[in-house]
Amino acid sequence: MSDHRLALFRAMVRARVLEDRLASLYLSGGIPGGSVFLSRGQEAFSAAAAMQLRPGDVYAPLIRDQAGRLVRGETPLDAIRVHLGRTTGVTRGRDGNIHRGFPRQGDLAMISHLGSTIGTVAGWLMGLRQLGKAGAPGDLAVGLASIGDGGMNTGALHEGLNIAAVEKLPFVLCVTDNQLSYSTFSDRTYACRSLVERAAGYGLRGVAIDGTDPDACWAACRDAVARARAGEGPQMIVAKLLRLAGHGMHDDASYVPAELKSRFADGVQTYEVVLRKDGVLDEAAAQALWDEYRSETAAALAQAQAEPSPDPAQEPWTALSTRALA
Amino acid sequence: MSSTYIEAIRRALGDALAEDPRVFLYGQDIAGTFGGAFKATKGLAERFPGRVLNSPISEDGQAAVGIGAALAGCRPVIEFQFADFASVAFNQMVNHAATHWWRTGVPVPATFRLPAGGTPGGGPFHCQMVEGWLTSHPGLIVVAPATVGDAYHMLRDAIACDDPVAYLEHKHLYNHLRIDTDPSRAERLPLGKAAVRRAGRDCTVVSWSGMVHECLKAAEPLAEQGIEIEVIDLRCLRPLDTATVLASVERTGRLLVATESWPFGGVAAELCAWISEHGFSHLDAPPRRLSAQDTPVPFHPDLFRAHHPDAARIAAAVVETVEF
Repeated sequence: MSDHRLALFRAMVRARVLEDRLASLYLSGGIPGGSVFLSRGQEAFSAAAAMQLRPGDVYAPLIRDQAGRLVRGETPLDAIRVHLGRTTGVTRGRDGNIHRGFPRQGDLAMISHLGSTIGTVAGWLMGLRQLGKAGAPGDLAVGLASIGDGGMNTGALHEGLNIAAVEKLPFVLCVTDNQLSYSTFSDRTYACRSLVERAAGYGLRGVAIDGTDPDACWAACRDAVARARAGEGPQMIVAKLLRLAGHGMHDDASYVPAELKSRFADGVQTYEVVLRKDGVLDEAAAQALWDEYRSETAAALAQAQAEPSPDPAQEPWTALSTRALA
Repeated sequence: MSSTYIEAIRRALGDALAEDPRVFLYGQDIAGTFGGAFKATKGLAERFPGRVLNSPISEDGQAAVGIGAALAGCRPVIEFQFADFASVAFNQMVNHAATHWWRTGVPVPATFRLPAGGTPGGGPFHCQMVEGWLTSHPGLIVVAPATVGDAYHMLRDAIACDDPVAYLEHKHLYNHLRIDTDPSRAERLPLGKAAVRRAGRDCTVVSWSGMVHECLKAAEPLAEQGIEIEVIDLRCLRPLDTATVLASVERTGRLLVATESWPFGGVAAELCAWISEHGFSHLDAPPRRLSAQDTPVPFHPDLFRAHHPDAARIAAAVVETVEF
């Protein structure tokens, strides 16, 4: 029991430390372009979901999934390299910040158009079926995709999720309802009481949880992934929480009332208190953990900053992989 | 054995399914005994159980499935019922599939079949030639076969290609074009190369898809007037084989590009601009475009026939260009 709780907390802290460093780097002008998008307040759900996956599964993270990405094997160095646009990063400076992934390993590189990855994960799982690589019955390869309350309103989400349901795929949709589409509150973006009500409309199983409670996140994600893996078809989890940051570092989120913010806990802080009370870690162990990740991030940043930026003269400037046509 | 254009497409799909276990088909109404709105997949669901799959009316979702399956290692062929409806999948094709290799180093070998072009009575939403908006985005290969042999080989090449390919098949050619041989034995030209369909010394006339046949039809009366046109079938619109066109213009000194698509932007405009830029010294007359009217495609057959170029208008434009 406590093993996974400690691992979950570690993943949350690791993401928080990395993102805090990227945020300060943004403020000091150290990010060459774009913004830095923080998952503050969303680490628990992201990490808990990704921790249920294994090699061969498909993962489609979104904007606020630093924790899940790290769980899946990305390193802070990988993340920093892409934010800095380094040639050593997986996008080689051609794309930045959150638009990174490891598609060969089943970790998609998102595009900015929300909902686009839902049908893509469904297609990946259909492809595995075609290739006879879907896994043994009852032990299927799972596809897990993130979406927010904002992305839930795109046509792409609807089409992709409906296809996943029609095909009865081992698909898990993790919906983070952080109450905000950029600056617009959800009273202007959906009219049902909870987004989980939509699950029935697609013919899939849905559960609603408190996204600020890491243990609730863990239990729901473990159950949903297990059901998908067992062949019960697509699952939806709706985690209610509050985005504890702006849309990106360029946004001070001054439109979020203080009263609302006071009602939503920061899972990283509260979970540390809970785990210490439960004896999962003591003060010294907690401090050592934060220190470990601060050192890790500092070393990664120092390394990435010493690495080269792309040289436009070395760029082949072709968008086709077929050399004869490039 | 003989083959129509649509039979060549069906044959290519069947051969690809038979030869490559990574291939599967996904589209609206393509499975069962129905076999698609134009019967391109007729009989394939029975021959290849589980590999010809009906989709919901979800073009964005269909394209997304193609991208995901391609990344998983498949060679999916996504059928849109009409090219017009691929506009719903525009984002997936141009932002997702077309950028993927460049962003990640991992290509997306998906084929998107787009039944395109005009047939009388089709109206604004079942007749469009959509290459204008597809070709403007880097990372997407766009092909438009004009012959039965190309319909076969270019579909096989599209499926074999590591990059995403939009395959524009002309609906008017489906049953109007026939060859008396096995399409798989027809000449196979490389993807990305244009073909000179008729040699001539006086004017280079470039087109693609259904319009190639109007150009060839125009060539005969022009020849009787002593004007020999060189008809080039572009075959592949992105990338564009500018070298073949330039070499022809060097011989003829004149260029006419005939298209069923609209005048603003697009392939004809691009080709005329490119030849003006790179072949200016060879030109004896301004490069000329002959395009559709700048309106949606009309419903009534009389309006429809007047909407886009035909052999007579091509011949008249050639005479004006030659007499410039």
